[in-house]
Amino acid sequence: MPTSTTSLDPRSGFSRRDFLRGSGAVATAAALQAQSAAAAEQTQGVAILAGEQTIELSVNGKTVAVKAEPRTTLLDVLRYQLDLTGAKPICNDGSSGGATILVDGKPMQANLMLALQAVGKKIETVESLAGDAVPKAFVACDAQQCGFCTPGFVVATRAFLNMKPNATEEEIRQGLNGNLCRCGTYANIVHAALMVVKGGNNG
Amino acid sequence: MAEVVLSWPTKDKATAIGKRVKRLDGPEKSNGTAKYTYDINLKNQLIAVALGCPHAHCKIKSLDVAPALKVPGVVHAEPLRKSGDEIEWQGEMLAVIAAETEAAAREGVAAIAVEYELLPVFVEEDNLAAAEKAGRTSKGGGKVQTEKEPGDNDDEDEFADKEIARLLKEAAYTVEGHYGIDPITHCCLEPHGSTVEWKDGKLMVHLSTQNVSGTDDGFAKDLNITADDVTVHCDYIGGGFGSKFAPDYWGIAAARISKATGRPVKFMLQRDQELKLGGSRPSGYLHVKLGANKDGVVTVWDSQHHGSAGATNPGGISHTVIPYVFTPKNYRRLATNIKTNHAQARAWRAPNHPQACAMTQTALDDLAMKMGADSLDIFLKNLGTDDAPGVSGAKPSVYKAEMEIGAELIGWKKLWHPHGKGAAKGSVVEGLGLAIHTWGGGANQSSCTVRVHPDGGVETFCGTQDLGVGTRTVLALVLAECFGLPYEAIKLTIGNSKLPISGPSGGSTTVGGICESHRRAGLDAFAQIAALVGKKLAVDPATLEAVGGRVQVIGNPAKSVSWKEACTLIGMKPLEVKGNYDRGTKSPLSNSQVGGVQFAHVAVDKETGVIKLKKFVAVQDMGLVVAPQQAESQIYGSVIMGIAYSLFEQRLTDPKTGAILNAELKDYKLARIGDIGEIVVNLYEPESERSRGVIGLGEPPVIAPGAAISNAVCNALGVRVPTLPMTPQRVLAALKAKA
Amino acid sequence: MKNFSFAAPRTEAEVLSVLSATPGETEILAGGTDLVGLLSQMILAPQRVVNILDVPSLKDIELLDGGVVSIGSAVTLDVLLAHPYLNPYPAIQQAIDGIASLQLQCQGTLGGEMLQRPQCWFFRDGRGLLAGGGKLAAEGDNRFHAILGNQGAAKFVSASRIAPALIALGATARVIGPGDEDEKIIPVADLFRTPRHEGERENTLLPNQLLTHILLPGYKPEAQARGILSSATYDVRHGAGPDFPLASAAAALRIDGGVVREARVVLGQVAPTPWVSTEAADMLVGWSVNETLAEAAGAAAVAQATPLSNNEYKVQLAKVAVKRAILRAAGLETGGL
Repeated sequence: MPTSTTSLDPRSGFSRRDFLRGSGAVATAAALQAQSAAAAEQTQGVAILAGEQTIELSVNGKTVAVKAEPRTTLLDVLRYQLDLTGAKPICNDGSSGGATILVDGKPMQANLMLALQAVGKKIETVESLAGDAVPKAFVACDAQQCGFCTPGFVVATRAFLNMKPNATEEEIRQGLNGNLCRCGTYANIVHAALMVVKGGNNG
Repeated sequence: MAEVVLSWPTKDKATAIGKRVKRLDGPEKSNGTAKYTYDINLKNQLIAVALGCPHAHCKIKSLDVAPALKVPGVVHAEPLRKSGDEIEWQGEMLAVIAAETEAAAREGVAAIAVEYELLPVFVEEDNLAAAEKAGRTSKGGGKVQTEKEPGDNDDEDEFADKEIARLLKEAAYTVEGHYGIDPITHCCLEPHGSTVEWKDGKLMVHLSTQNVSGTDDGFAKDLNITADDVTVHCDYIGGGFGSKFAPDYWGIAAARISKATGRPVKFMLQRDQELKLGGSRPSGYLHVKLGANKDGVVTVWDSQHHGSAGATNPGGISHTVIPYVFTPKNYRRLATNIKTNHAQARAWRAPNHPQACAMTQTALDDLAMKMGADSLDIFLKNLGTDDAPGVSGAKPSVYKAEMEIGAELIGWKKLWHPHGKGAAKGSVVEGLGLAIHTWGGGANQSSCTVRVHPDGGVETFCGTQDLGVGTRTVLALVLAECFGLPYEAIKLTIGNSKLPISGPSGGSTTVGGICESHRRAGLDAFAQIAALVGKKLAVDPATLEAVGGRVQVIGNPAKSVSWKEACTLIGMKPLEVKGNYDRGTKSPLSNSQVGGVQFAHVAVDKETGVIKLKKFVAVQDMGLVVAPQQAESQIYGSVIMGIAYSLFEQRLTDPKTGAILNAELKDYKLARIGDIGEIVVNLYEPESERSRGVIGLGEPPVIAPGAAISNAVCNALGVRVPTLPMTPQRVLAALKAKA
Repeated sequence: MKNFSFAAPRTEAEVLSVLSATPGETEILAGGTDLVGLLSQMILAPQRVVNILDVPSLKDIELLDGGVVSIGSAVTLDVLLAHPYLNPYPAIQQAIDGIASLQLQCQGTLGGEMLQRPQCWFFRDGRGLLAGGGKLAAEGDNRFHAILGNQGAAKFVSASRIAPALIALGATARVIGPGDEDEKIIPVADLFRTPRHEGERENTLLPNQLLTHILLPGYKPEAQARGILSSATYDVRHGAGPDFPLASAAAALRIDGGVVREARVVLGQVAPTPWVSTEAADMLVGWSVNETLAEAAGAAAVAQATPLSNNEYKVQLAKVAVKRAILRAAGLETGGL
């Protein structure tokens, strides 16, 4: 279709040269390269890691050394090696938001990220938000029952309100759909998020 | 010492109970430091993962776990079943692997070699004819009651047949319909499981359980040790809803593996196992003919229903709650159980009631539709009067008062229209519906030890558990009330089987039970302290009260000592008082039987069959309200669970293979924060109900959403969507059937 | 999950150098929102996982000559959604918005979203992509399966929520490999296929090829003057949240003087590939959009539907999705909830 309108020649304005950039160092790959130079098998200069590695992660402002196989998820490292059990293993498919953490400030699910991918990234878990306005508002609004989903919701709410500090109630109801709760605390989570917005101590 | 009079303070006098307070364990839950069973990591622990049977019905031809032991990281492999065993549902655990990491354990599970002989599968729990053909049915009981008694020479069945036929024929209005509700799972976000350590002949179990005091003997029995060698511990539980009362065979297996390996073992169900094995609610499908007089009062009810509670549990939905709450003078109700290839159902919040409500109060609403009448009027007319009730559970006057409050809050007068006759906005129509419910909720057995220290500190020790109800907060409020202290000052130790025994949290019995034991202990302790203070102030101890951190002559702060000073009178050792309540004991502190009324306002898109909740109102009686904020939370939660099973949630089983198709959370659809609309909770607490004492709240508000929402959808569309959940597929099918 | 090795390439060429030609031996990892779950459930068990998140060229969004917008395949969906270059393409924004999970948007990438594996519950239960040559889906519970293009063994539906919008907008894809110098630019629709046997996947990439960029056709001022290209996505969703739509449609229209001059309509969640409906598009050209016309286009889109035993309702939903996508693209009220 709109080829005629937009005169799209798939190759117009577009050259192969555009795509041959960037062998500059980037976080994970470079850090892994440096950290595991000894262990790494190299295929044409690409680090290929197999078996257990010792890697350094930045978690809640501290650099920590942990052990990880390639298959080890970031969630397993947090829970089993660092005893940061706020992020919960609730789903296998990202539908629950139970394992939500902040990666370079963005909400992501630690069960869907391999630990090796987290090297060079700033990881923040719910435990780092203890003094934040969001968990305080959750307590004030009783936005928890059994509480198992609560840490994931707290992190998601923090991340959402960072993006939309003046969110309306409708936006809150749209913005927090990535998390599941079984006890049904949603009504009070809406109240808690609104309290943070109105409290002005957001972001 | 004066006899302690068991009572609660009046509303105006209460300083702690009935106050809106923050949940005591809220900070731990919100900042991620609350440790659930899944979070307990013991040094050197192994992680166990089980192989679930992929087939819904089969015989094990061979089972070899040896290959798993070759997987790096695997430490222990043990079969749970043997060749020749018949497996009757998908997901049943066949063998368990313990390894250094969960990933290794999973890899080990994949290495287990099993051969199966497939057997015929039957999973069509909604299909009575197919079940009969497959020989899968059994009688589920029933009852016939008619105003007219059969004569001596009458055959009772024949008489009932004729009498019911006569009543239906003479009825001014009749309704005949099918109504159903599919099975759902408990879907606890923290799956069932434990972290256990067997050390020196003693077993420490961190168990995700609703039954801290009552599971130690289960472990002991199966492991040939004595209950005193077992400690069960649970500070926090990530959901139970009626499914976590027992050690379960996987808990026993964890203990066995810990014994065999000499290492602690964590064994949590995988997500799909949680949905396949961790518990489900029986389904129900009902066919009814009802007759009503010209006023719309039901005079005769004739129904049969069927459903399944799994392969091994014969009990489907009890006929005793059919029709639900309403008690017509003439009825016949019959139940048939179907045996399907599913794991056994477990108690799900308010067993039987939500299904019964959804299958029968929808029929009552269809009567209103048929008459062209206002549903609220028809519900009101069928309540009867307190002298001649047409309902069970609460008094008609309670339901009536709640209906009036709820109708006002939902805007019934302004928004109601006859079924299917509302103004459409494009393809969108709106509607209102209501339903009512009842539940017992009497107090469970509970005991506690309360210590008052000479420095004024107050502690309680109680083998209860906090499922998210706010047990801790309730306990603290009750003791704070007894001693005139801020509730944060009360130290609580709960969640351990070595503590004074408290009953399992099931059937809305926890808050009643712990209020009984703690009010008793608190009043007793205060009486002892009052005696000491009375002596010091030279006043009658009976004239003393604890208020605002002081012990004073009632209403006279001038004649007082501070709480701290009062406690110094105790002496060197703390004052220790036990509180105990035995289930069923009549008491002024607690009661049973509540009534509630719920209203739903929905919008339905007739082109897509999509339903959205606009507003939901829940009016709920619970006797005396101890912790209103947490009570509200529990009602919000119940309503939201209700929205989930009304619109989204169902366990889907492949009819051909018997496989559970939606055992992962992306497929098992729950309501999300964007689905719930506005929810208004009204705590119905007039003095007439408050004076009855504390009554449990866990079950009641989860019962009526199905019928209320179904009735609202029917009001919007003018056609019944007969089975819950009302998926777009079903809404479109109902519209098509009408057209 | 089975163990594997982890490759950390830094350039596109390095990615190619560590991919295997043998199907299933290597898997490309970006946001992980689909792949990590498949690995942990052992639906996929590669020997090597290749992390492409550290290849800078895959994370760029650029405006090229002619207004072409080039989007790296490892750009995350939240970045894409917020990017001003996307403003002329509301169909894409609406498709991303519909994913409705902040986490999945922040973690998931464009390439990963497009090439995610089907959600078919038989496939996800380890019973194969075609699940017994289509038998399990045909005879079992197929309420979410295909209603179009389902005559062969493949009964699943294409999972991507963004691909229909991209195809409607005439986007192309840059694919490199297997050789260092191998590069091609193909219509996005050509990335997808209906597999005929278990050995085939639902995309056309070789195991050692890499999707590097998506190119959106540009807007030249003179083209703008000749008419407005407008687009929209409409998802029919059971409820809120990231659950997959029951049916979805994207429409792109060039409307000039109130009359549709060109149109493309693509359905999602109804067939083993994104489903291009020329029938619906043809119905629109030469007319001005109103509800009756959109409705007729919807009906045309599903006229050839062949529902399975338990998914006839999806025909109606697909029809409504098309109608509403067209109305939305034309700037009219969609109606509905």
